[in-house]
Amino acid sequence: MAQTTAAPRYVVEAYDIHKSFGDFEALKGVNLTVAPQELVFIIGPSGSGKSTMLRCCNLLEQPSRGVVKITGEEITHRGVDINKVRQRIGMVFQQFNLYPHMSALGNVSLALRKVKKMARSEAEDRAHAALTRVGLDDKAGNHPTELSGGQQQRVAIARAIAMEPDVILFDEPTSALDPELVGSVLEVMRELRESGMTMVVVSHEMRFARDAADRVIFMDGGLVVEEGTPERVFTDARSDRLKAFLTSVTGH
Amino acid sequence: MLDWEVIKFSFFNADSLREIYPLLLSGWWMTIKLCLAVVPLGFCFGVFLATVHSFRIRGLNVCLVVFVDFFRSIPPLVLLIYVTYGLPFFGWDVPPFAAVLVAFTFNSGSYYGEIVRAGIESIPAGQMEAARSTGLTRVQAMTYVILPQALRNVAPDLTSNTIELIKATSIASVVALPELLRMGRVAQGLVYNATPLMAAAAIYLVMLWPIVRLLSRLERRMMSAR
Amino acid sequence: MDRFLDQFFNLEVMAKYLPDVAAGFVVTIQLALSVIVTGLTLGLALAVIRAFQIRPVNWLIILFVDLFRALPPLVILIIFYFGLPFIGLTMSAFVISWLVLAFVLASFAEEIYWAGITSVNRGQWEASRSTGLGFTQTLFYVVIPQAIRMTIPPLTNRTIAITKNTALASVVTVEEMLTVAQTSLAYAANTSPLTMAAVGYLLIFFPLTMASRWVESRYAWKR
Repeated sequence: MAQTTAAPRYVVEAYDIHKSFGDFEALKGVNLTVAPQELVFIIGPSGSGKSTMLRCCNLLEQPSRGVVKITGEEITHRGVDINKVRQRIGMVFQQFNLYPHMSALGNVSLALRKVKKMARSEAEDRAHAALTRVGLDDKAGNHPTELSGGQQQRVAIARAIAMEPDVILFDEPTSALDPELVGSVLEVMRELRESGMTMVVVSHEMRFARDAADRVIFMDGGLVVEEGTPERVFTDARSDRLKAFLTSVTGH
Repeated sequence: MLDWEVIKFSFFNADSLREIYPLLLSGWWMTIKLCLAVVPLGFCFGVFLATVHSFRIRGLNVCLVVFVDFFRSIPPLVLLIYVTYGLPFFGWDVPPFAAVLVAFTFNSGSYYGEIVRAGIESIPAGQMEAARSTGLTRVQAMTYVILPQALRNVAPDLTSNTIELIKATSIASVVALPELLRMGRVAQGLVYNATPLMAAAAIYLVMLWPIVRLLSRLERRMMSAR
Repeated sequence: MDRFLDQFFNLEVMAKYLPDVAAGFVVTIQLALSVIVTGLTLGLALAVIRAFQIRPVNWLIILFVDLFRALPPLVILIIFYFGLPFIGLTMSAFVISWLVLAFVLASFAEEIYWAGITSVNRGQWEASRSTGLGFTQTLFYVVIPQAIRMTIPPLTNRTIAITKNTALASVVTVEEMLTVAQTSLAYAANTSPLTMAAVGYLLIFFPLTMASRWVESRYAWKR
């Protein structure tokens, strides 16, 4: 735990991650490292294990084997207070998962109050700031059902950034949105990236990957098949599986 | 401290049980007859109430709501005593079985009616329109198209209400109808311990526990599906 | 017609027994309120304990809940009333009626709360846990508030139905409204006291039943 003091080389390190559900092997030994301020994009067909991999990074899925470190600190061994670690790892879900019984402000400030133990006024100030960053401070008093899908997802992003995490994991953040609402969410993600946030994104938004990602990882069948710069992965696919995948998503 | 021997003697007394089990069996049989009569009666009355309600006759529906809520507000025991001890003052000698039938039909019919009504309202209006467009009459459309779907949608609630009704038949013991609980109490008076009551309870459990178990699964699935 | 009125709505008889029935009315209200408060609280407590998924504890809860849901309340009441003295426990009929009905309500309430808790979307748990909230915090701040909202309509109906069973306490001689009315009926050889009791029950439960309709539409399931 002492090594967290010096600036770590990697924010996320995952080595040899295996995960099985019953007989099904979703991950068959995946390595992933994410440097500070890096935006890593994970692509792959459905069932490739990319979401499972993401969820292993904050132990929403417990890996069957392998080691996960966050800013150098191993979180996969017993005795780690996972709730403490998760404060430093934000997560944004495909289905938003906003709390329907709370206002946008309540959604963003709950963990600040109950995990970070801030006073209500301090937590709400921080929540308002986070909502402002996603352009929704005027909706602070609204409940999720009163917001559009895009607005809900931006509140969910505010909920993650309010905790000032070391990294944010995005699990298909735009897949549940109508096409015309996708842009506003991507815009927020782009701004986050420019502010230097470390991000790991699982998504099908190839254009976004192309112009925002530092590195693209292609997964298939529970393994990393190729990785490299967006340039390299999108224009110089080496494996047949990646070529087939790119053809299927771009449609030509 | 609890004395196990005393508990065994008072609650699980095999000798007492051997002595009085014919009483319990006859009580059980009466309970079954009662259920076989009152469950279909109450159910049919409920379907009738809900069907009439679905015709949306303004004035009539207000009366129906008041009727149903009246019988849902009166404890069945009060209703039963009213029927049993009230009517004889007119010189009408109401046999307990008939009194119980009347009281429970109105009471359970109101509950069944509310459940079936919710079921009917869960069916999209297009179903009725489609059925009518093929030339079915309103009653035919109700019988062949709407009710089968509606009843399936509310099957867990209907089951739960039926359990409640079967349990409620034990109230008939108060007006001396010789059903299971009544016979349990009669037997208790004979042997002077609580064994007959425990045996009666065991019989209720055998009848109802499996349904209760099944139901709590069904209900949980329904709530998760919504 | 006159005979009917005389038998069921005899004003003289009513006036004479009104104070008695009114006293019974108060006992009925006391019993009902005690049952509602303790039953709903105990039911929630059981559901919360069940959420921690400790095997043997859960079996006990399920056993308790199933027993009190499968047995007729009158049977339980009579077993407690006549059975407890055999093992040296003596409680007043009021306390026994209160406990039995509270246990029955708690059992039904536990099942409803539990169904509500399990029906809260898995994503809610994940979102909450991903921000660092622990299991217990997630349960209390995120899951239970949603579960309770979902359970309000079925819980309201069930609470009314079980609270009506306070009339059963007359069988074990609690001096509640029905007992008083029956005694008066015997003295007066007239049904009017029973009519008063029926009106008393309507006064309590008719507004509640009507309100439950409103609750049902207000908290209709929606996502």
